[in-house]
Amino acid sequence: MSERLSVRKTYKLYIGGAFPRSESGRSYVVTGAKGEFLANASKASRKDVRDAVTAARKAFPGWSAATAYNRGQILYRIAEMLEGRRSQFVSEVAEADGVSGKKAGELVDAAVDRLVWYAGWSDKISSLRGSSNPVAGPYFNLSTPEPTGVVGIVAPPMGPLFGLVSVIAPVIVTGNTCVVIASERAPLPSITLAEVLATSDLPGGVVNILTGSSAEMAPWLAGHMDVNGIDLTGADAELAQKCEELAAENLKRVLRPNGKTDWAADPGTGRMTAFLETKTVWHPIGI
Amino acid sequence: MVSIPTASSNASLRASLHGLPGVDRVGADARAAGLGTRSIKTTAKRQAIDMAISMVDLTTLEGADTRGKVRAMCAKAVHPDPTDPTVPRVAAVCVYPDLVAEARDVVGSSGVKVASVATAFPSGRSSLEVKVADTAMAVAAGADEIDMVIDRGAFLSGDYLKVFEEIQAIKEACGEAHLKVILETGELATYDNVRRASWLAMMAGGDFIKTSTGKVQPAATLPVTLVMLEAVRDFRDREGRMVGVKPAGGIRTTKDAIKMLVLVNETAGPDWLDPDWFRLGASSVLNDLLMQRQKLTTGRYAGPDYFTLD
Amino acid sequence: MIFEYAPAPESRDVVDIRPSYGLFINGEFVDGSGTPFKTVNPASEETLAEVASATEADVDRAVQAARKAFGVWSALPGSERAKYLFRIARIIQERARELAVLESLDNGKPIKESRDVDLPLVAAHFFYYAGWADKLAYAGYGTTPLGVAGQVIPWNFPLLMLAWKIAPALACGNTVVLKPAETTPLTALLFAEICQQADLPPGVVNIVTGAGETGAAVVGHPDVDKVAFTGSTEVGRLIAKSVAGTNKKVTLELGGKAANIVFDDAAIDQAVEGIVTGIFFNQGHVCCAGSRLLVQESVAEELLSSLKRRLSTLRLGDPLDKNTDIGAINSAAQLAKIRELSDTGEAEGADRWSPACSLPDKGFWFPPTVFTGVSQSHRIAREEIFGPVLSVLTFRTPAEAVEKANNTPYGLSAGVWTEKASRMLWTASKLRAGVVWSNTFNKFDPTSPFGGYKESGYGREGGRHGLEAYLKEIS
Repeated sequence: MSERLSVRKTYKLYIGGAFPRSESGRSYVVTGAKGEFLANASKASRKDVRDAVTAARKAFPGWSAATAYNRGQILYRIAEMLEGRRSQFVSEVAEADGVSGKKAGELVDAAVDRLVWYAGWSDKISSLRGSSNPVAGPYFNLSTPEPTGVVGIVAPPMGPLFGLVSVIAPVIVTGNTCVVIASERAPLPSITLAEVLATSDLPGGVVNILTGSSAEMAPWLAGHMDVNGIDLTGADAELAQKCEELAAENLKRVLRPNGKTDWAADPGTGRMTAFLETKTVWHPIGI
Repeated sequence: MVSIPTASSNASLRASLHGLPGVDRVGADARAAGLGTRSIKTTAKRQAIDMAISMVDLTTLEGADTRGKVRAMCAKAVHPDPTDPTVPRVAAVCVYPDLVAEARDVVGSSGVKVASVATAFPSGRSSLEVKVADTAMAVAAGADEIDMVIDRGAFLSGDYLKVFEEIQAIKEACGEAHLKVILETGELATYDNVRRASWLAMMAGGDFIKTSTGKVQPAATLPVTLVMLEAVRDFRDREGRMVGVKPAGGIRTTKDAIKMLVLVNETAGPDWLDPDWFRLGASSVLNDLLMQRQKLTTGRYAGPDYFTLD
Repeated sequence: MIFEYAPAPESRDVVDIRPSYGLFINGEFVDGSGTPFKTVNPASEETLAEVASATEADVDRAVQAARKAFGVWSALPGSERAKYLFRIARIIQERARELAVLESLDNGKPIKESRDVDLPLVAAHFFYYAGWADKLAYAGYGTTPLGVAGQVIPWNFPLLMLAWKIAPALACGNTVVLKPAETTPLTALLFAEICQQADLPPGVVNIVTGAGETGAAVVGHPDVDKVAFTGSTEVGRLIAKSVAGTNKKVTLELGGKAANIVFDDAAIDQAVEGIVTGIFFNQGHVCCAGSRLLVQESVAEELLSSLKRRLSTLRLGDPLDKNTDIGAINSAAQLAKIRELSDTGEAEGADRWSPACSLPDKGFWFPPTVFTGVSQSHRIAREEIFGPVLSVLTFRTPAEAVEKANNTPYGLSAGVWTEKASRMLWTASKLRAGVVWSNTFNKFDPTSPFGGYKESGYGREGGRHGLEAYLKEIS
């Protein structure tokens, strides 16, 4: 009797809560750290970028208007679901990064912990970033942070899960929606994460994940006039500058960390505040 | 928007008055303060001073008023500055009902009107019969104008109909005399109430709306006068009838008086810049107006010794 | 009775304008290498002074001076920096009338605004940030200054924008090279004198005058760590592009096309005042001006007739007259732009209205103008006119109002007029704008963060938030 033929997974894109193939029909071969074939992944095109932005924009009003408590609950739920598929992630991370199962396990745990950490920020960041302003006159004056809108994310090439979670969570916890260009080298955990997101009460379109060539897609995202901010963490210096120039066209908020990010360090609030606007509301006080 | 109710009830009056646009206090204060910074100089100041003098309701409303006091004041009303015949006479004198005859006697046919407070001034706390009788007495004694007070208690408790009917009754008792309705805005607490009381008084037939008795603080503030000027302006737009405005109490200096005139000019408009449609209820302001007027004429600052105290 | 207000001009003798001004570098006035330019009084077209023009080399000298001073200034205890700022604030108060007259002469804004709005806010801004200088550790943005700040400011609020830029920069320990607008350099140069009077260490504040190239040199200088710009979105875009790939921290306060939403239950008289303040304050030369009036159809007619009556009382003329409400347009170029867009409005079919109002013969003037029958697709409803021109649109429901208000690439400010608190808060929360004035408009305060969403720029000025732009991120 011959050995059973395994059923290979097709890794597709994650757009608007659905898992379509690239409209271009393209795919590319994803290999493990040792060069072995892992899977075919979709190679998204500029039109997929466009569709993802449309989905993110559509999801923005609902997600940004959800209560902070609700958003926090959903992030906790994502952490739970991720934890529930721990073994799958461990093997995907191990294959992608060529690390031991133990090391991969630590990275998955760290990703879960990071989600939990950001989940808790949902209803606290306002009290840190907001203020009541004692203006010199009979006015009530309050500043509160609000999400920037649709944020493009070029995810770090290394850290296909932990790095990815560390860039997505701070963007969405405050009410933004996003289009993520996953690690080109190691996209598989991102699509598995998408499966987690799709089953975590996260409304479709809040996170959209594209796999393929960062260099091809990022400029389309950076130049898109309906994207309000862009995180260039995963872009190299040349791509980052190009994207930053494109982003200037509609004055996107740009996050471009200096040097290498240490994902294990305390992330601080910077990744959240990079995509928060401050709204100040005045109202007279009188009888 | 408000229209004159025919068969009034508290409910219909309430619906009308509470259907008026609100007044944002901070915004109204800011607008009045802004107009208060207008700089009225030289020829404009001269014009304003004479206009203000001609709009004064020279007032004495003290328990200690006597025939002598009233006669002296009335003489001053006719000739505010005996040394300068170019000074206009004031618009009216304002006294208690029992002194109307005295005032009438002095002002004679000078053109200075005699106004009398009535209706259990200043509190208005009496029966309608007494208020009507009070009014009738003043009119009989020769009053050209009646300054009545509204029942603020009734207004604040929502009994708009009572206030409305009282004004109507007094208006009837006035006969030919003009009726000024004192809202006592200092007791109405909010500008929304000032606007509503203004409309209530106008709807009931008042010829003038007046801020205060002078016995309650705050009295004629700029923003309250502003709100009342807006009310008469809007009332004319909707009902086609012009109603006058009289701020009274707290107007002490020429500057105060001129600010009022600027308010009239830029709120209700030039039609109201006339003693028939705008009055300043005051007493001490007259001497300040005279002093400022003399400064403009002579170029020297004047002193109180040169103006009569009456 | 017709009550004419006689002219009541503020005396211009309180200010002594020099025939020519140099650049202020390292605590001294020095000659510029470029061709000097003239600054004129826009109300009369009279030349006020000749001003030096800074070349790239001059800007480099200024940046070097600022770099050198940065060592000294950033090493000072915050409490000492605070006292310098406090001292500057006091001198500004003492010389307020002089500064106000000079501002009105150079800018064309009414003296009542420069005297009652600009100058008090300028002094208050320095007082406010003086107080932060020794309390940075409590603000949550770290305590490390960035270095040299290159700042480029517009002509609409020359001294106030200078205060918004310089006060927080200095409080945080940075030094600055500031370029005032070409048409309004004089109060910044008087401010340079105030820095001398306050014994501010040389090089902490440097003022370089000139046109766009000077500004580009400031922004593009490689030794500038921080770029702060207030001006048009067009230039903001260029700046954002030019700093791409550098480590310069940037804040941009750009254009706007604010909606001023009037619901049917609004306090009408105050709403009218708010509309007037919203678009006619400072001749509409205000980035956050309420240039789009969105009025609920059910009260549109009533509101417009009240508005028109009110506009008929506006007094246009000599900016130094204390009774002037509308001053001069700042420059011939701006006037041409306002005319062009207004003519477009008419050509596109909107109804144009202005109160009867005679314009002075000399100088740059434009009457208060209202366009009714405007729709979202008209250019005057989309483009920033930066002048006394109001476009009136109507809406039927709150959702439609918000949708129209947000239907713009800008997001600086918005207004809401309603007597219903829940509707106000709902509307305020839906508006994509950095400042929402409800039942008021165009109010400013040093404690209140100001800045835009979307193409209106990024970063906040004012309040605790205003410190972030001048400190190194902690992460």
